[in-house]
Amino acid sequence: MTYIVKPKNHHPLLEKNELGLTRRDYEGAVSTLCAGCGHDSISSAIVEACFQLSIESYKVAKLSGIGCSSKAPAYFLNQSHGFNSVHGRMPSIATGAAMANHELLYLGISGDGDSASIGIGQFVHCARRQLNMTYIVENNGTYGLTKGQFSATNDLESKNKYGDDNLFPSIDLPSMAIQLGASFVARSFSGDKEQLVPLLKAALSHKGFSFLDIISPCVTFNNHNTSTKSYDYIREHNDALSRPDFVPSGKEILTEYPRGSSIEVPLHDGSLLSLEKLSESYDPTDKIKAIQNIQESQRDGKVLTGLLYADPEAKDLREILNVSDKPLNKMDQKELCPGSERLQDINSGLK
Amino acid sequence: MNKIESVNDFVIKFANVNGSGSASANQMFAKGVFRSGIPVSPKNIFPSNIQGLPTWFEVRVNEKGYLGRREGIDIFVAMNPQSYQKDVAELKQDGYLIYDSSWKRDFDRDDINILEIPLTKLCVQEFTNPKQRLLFKNLGYVGLLASILEMDKEIYISLIEEQFRGKEKLIEPNVKALNIGYNYAEENFKDYCDIKVSKSDKTDGLILTSGNDAAGLGCVYGGATVCAWYPITPSTSLAESYNKYSEKLRVEIGTEKNKFAFIQAEDELAAMGITIGANWNGARAFTATSGPGVSLMSEFIGLAYFAEVPTVLFNVQRGGPSTGMPTRTQQSDILCSAYASHGDTKHVLLIPSDPKECFDFAVEAFDLADRLQTPVIVLLDLDLGMNDWSTKEFEWDDSNDYDRGKVLSKEDLDGIEKFGRYLDVDGDGIPYRTYPGTHPEKGAYFTRGTSHDEYAGYTEDGVKNAEMLSRLLKKFQTASSLVPAPVFNQEKNNSSMGIIYFGSTDCSMQEALDMLEEQNMKIDAMRIRAFPFNLEVWEFIEDHDLLFIVEQNRDGQMRTLIMAEGGIIPDKLVSILCFDGQPITAEHITNKINTHLSGKPVLAAS
Repeated sequence: MTYIVKPKNHHPLLEKNELGLTRRDYEGAVSTLCAGCGHDSISSAIVEACFQLSIESYKVAKLSGIGCSSKAPAYFLNQSHGFNSVHGRMPSIATGAAMANHELLYLGISGDGDSASIGIGQFVHCARRQLNMTYIVENNGTYGLTKGQFSATNDLESKNKYGDDNLFPSIDLPSMAIQLGASFVARSFSGDKEQLVPLLKAALSHKGFSFLDIISPCVTFNNHNTSTKSYDYIREHNDALSRPDFVPSGKEILTEYPRGSSIEVPLHDGSLLSLEKLSESYDPTDKIKAIQNIQESQRDGKVLTGLLYADPEAKDLREILNVSDKPLNKMDQKELCPGSERLQDINSGLK
Repeated sequence: MNKIESVNDFVIKFANVNGSGSASANQMFAKGVFRSGIPVSPKNIFPSNIQGLPTWFEVRVNEKGYLGRREGIDIFVAMNPQSYQKDVAELKQDGYLIYDSSWKRDFDRDDINILEIPLTKLCVQEFTNPKQRLLFKNLGYVGLLASILEMDKEIYISLIEEQFRGKEKLIEPNVKALNIGYNYAEENFKDYCDIKVSKSDKTDGLILTSGNDAAGLGCVYGGATVCAWYPITPSTSLAESYNKYSEKLRVEIGTEKNKFAFIQAEDELAAMGITIGANWNGARAFTATSGPGVSLMSEFIGLAYFAEVPTVLFNVQRGGPSTGMPTRTQQSDILCSAYASHGDTKHVLLIPSDPKECFDFAVEAFDLADRLQTPVIVLLDLDLGMNDWSTKEFEWDDSNDYDRGKVLSKEDLDGIEKFGRYLDVDGDGIPYRTYPGTHPEKGAYFTRGTSHDEYAGYTEDGVKNAEMLSRLLKKFQTASSLVPAPVFNQEKNNSSMGIIYFGSTDCSMQEALDMLEEQNMKIDAMRIRAFPFNLEVWEFIEDHDLLFIVEQNRDGQMRTLIMAEGGIIPDKLVSILCFDGQPITAEHITNKINTHLSGKPVLAAS
C-alpha cells in the first residue's frame, strides 16, 4: 500500500469543530489511488462526517482487507490505529478488536471483491453477529489492483473495459445485509456527498452493524459506457429514496420537510436521522418492504440509494454475549485470574 | 485353567457400541480405581461417528505410575458382538473375558477365562424403561468388575451420587444397576479372578483430568478474555473447557456479566482473525484447532508473525494428512506448525507432556506471545487432549504477574519523541507496541501484512524489508532463551547415546527408560518442550554420538526440524516412529532401539 505523507500546514482561519479541530486534522496520507477514483471521494466524506461529529480520531480503529478500497484507510484519520489485514478477513479482525474494547469506534473499509467474493462468509457472519461497527463496501464492480477483472457485484451482461460480457448475476450486498440481520443498511454513491455524509454520520452513530454499500466508480477499469458502475450510469439511474439530514443529539431539527413526507430514525446516542421521503412506499423500519423496494428498483434498472433499512433498537454482539461493560482489554490480572484458592477447589473436584 | 495373577497392574479393555452411554460408565470404572489410590490411564478409542459403530475404551491400571499404553489385554469386557472376533483375539493368554451371555457364544479359545453374565436379561427383568434397559447394562458390568477385582463398592456409589447431584431421582436406579452386576458376581464369581485392585496411596497429589480440560483452565488463569474457535475433533473440548470454567470463575458479581467472550466462529479462518484482532487490541485471546484448521489459519498466522501481533493457538493433533483419522492420535503437525504460512516464517511451539503441563504452558503461552509479539502454538495431541490422565495437581503462585510485554502507555508515549512500531530499541529484536485508543496524538500506526519500515510505513525498499526479516530472526533467537528448557532424565550425561522425545510420549518413555535400565543399557534422555530449541538442546545433541528421536508420525518431523535448524548430520539421528493412530508404547520404543543396536534396519512402519 503506497502512500505519501501530507504536509501539516493549516490555514489559520479554517473552520473548527467542537474539539477545536479542523478538517485537516481528520485527513490521512496523500492518496495514491488513480485520479478521479470514487474511493477518494468516500475518504473525504469520511473526513467530513468525522469532523462534523467531532469524533476523537484516536478512538477510532480503521480496518480493511486487501484491494484498492482497503488501501483507503491510509488516506483519512491519521491519528487512528489502522489494520490492513488479509483479503476478505477484515470482519473477523474487527470482531476480535471490538470484543477486546467496545469503547472504540470500528470503521471497516472493504470492496466488492473483498466482501462479495473472497470474504463473503466473513461479511455474512459479521452481519449476523450484529457486530457494533460501520462496514463500508466501496463498490466499483471490478478488481482494480489486478487490472479490471469482473467482480461479483457487477451486473449481468454489463461489459468490462475489454468488451467482455459479465456472465453471472450480481450479488446485492444491501439485500443480503438486511436479510442477515444488519440493523442499519444504506446505499449511496461516492459522487453524492450531500447524501453520503449524513448517511455516514448516522451509520457511525448507530449501535449495531451499520452497512453502507457505496457505488464508487473505477475510473481506470470500469467507467466506460457499457458499465453499470460508471459515473454516468449511476447519475442517470440513481433513484434516491430520501434526502437525509443528520441531527446530532441535543440539536434542534432545522431541516423542514413538508408534513407527512418526512421520517425520523432516532439513533442510539440520541441523534436523529431525518429523511425527506421521496417515495410513497418508503418505510426504513420495515424489513420486508426494504428488500422489496431494492428488488423492484433493480428490476426497473434503477440504483436505489439512501437509507434502506434501520432498526435502532437492535442489540449488538456484546449485549448478545452479555460481555462486561468494562472493556476486556482494560481488566487487570486481579479481575481475570481466579487465584490459588479456587484452583485448590478445582483440584479437589478432579480426584 | 491358568489365570493371570496381578495386583494393581493390569490393562482392561471395554468394547462397546458408540452412542450407548458406555464411555461415562467406563470413565466411572477408571475413576473408581483412581480413588482406590492407583494411577490409571483411561483411553477412549472411538470412531468418527455418533451412534452404532464399535468403540473401545482401554484402562491401564499401574501402581508404579506407568501411564503409557501397553499392548496385551488382561481383562476384556466385550459388549459389542460386532467386534467379538477381533476383541477376543486381543486378549492375553490366561486373561479374562466378560461378555453378555444373554446370547451365548463360543469363542474358540480355550486359553482364556470366560465370565458370563446375562446383562441384557437381568436389565430387562429389573427395568421397564427401554432406554434404561439398554443404558444400565454399562453400570452392570462396572458392578461386576468392582466385585471380581475386590474393590470397595462404596466408591462407585459415591461416584454415582456425585454424578447425579441435583438429579437425585436418578441415583437409586443407577445404584440398582451397579448392584445387578455386583450381586451377580458375588454369587457366581467369588474368588474367581486373580487380578485385584488393592487400596494404595499412589494418587496422593494427583488429579484425573484431560489435557484439553487443563489447557482451557490454563487460559482462564492466564488471563485470556476472548476465545474464538470452530468445532473440530479433537480440540473442541479445549474451547468448551475454557467456556465452562469461565462461566464458573469469570462472571461479574452483581451485574452477572461475563469477563470473557466466547465466540463460535463461522470457520477456522475467522476464528484466527478474531483471535488476532482481539490480541491486537490488547486482550489476551486464543483459538484451538487441529491439523485441518491449522492449514486454514496459515495465511493469518503469517500476518500475525509479520505484523507482530501476539496470538495463542492450541493445535490438538490428530491423524493426518487431510481429514486423516480424526479420532486417532498423532504428532504429525510439527513442521506445519513450526513453519506455518507462506514466506519465511517460524513460530514458537510449546509441547506439553501431561495435563499439568498443558495448564502451565497455556499460561506461559500468553506471556510468551505478549513478550515476543508473535504467534505461539501449543501442541497437544488427541491422546493428551481428550483422554483423562493421572497428573499432578494444578498449582498457582498468587505472586506471579502476567508479562504483558513491551506495551507503551500514554505516559510512556509522552516521553518519546517519535514512536516507531517496528524499531528495535532494546536490541533483542522485540519492538514496542501501542494499543488503539491510548494517546490522542501519539502512537497510532498502521498494522499491515505488506512490507513496512520501522515506523510501520509501507515500503517497497527491498533492503529495508530484508532488515525487517532479519530482525524477526533476531527476535526468534531471543525466543530461544525464553521458552521452557528441556527436561533431562539424568543429572549428568553418562552415555554416548541419547534419546530425544516430546509431548505425550513422555509417559511411555519413562517406562521404556526403566526397561532399558533393567537391560543394563546406558542411555541418556531429553524431553524437548519448546521450539526454537534452547541452548541445552543443542548441547545434548552435541554431547552424544547417536541419538534416537522418538515421534508419533511417519516422517520424523522433529528430526527434520533439528537437522534443519541446527545443521545436524542426519546419520547421527535415528528415528523411532509410531503412526498407527494409537499412543506409542514403551515396548515399541525399546524394541526399536534394540533392533537398531543389533544392527538390523529399523522399519519405519510400526
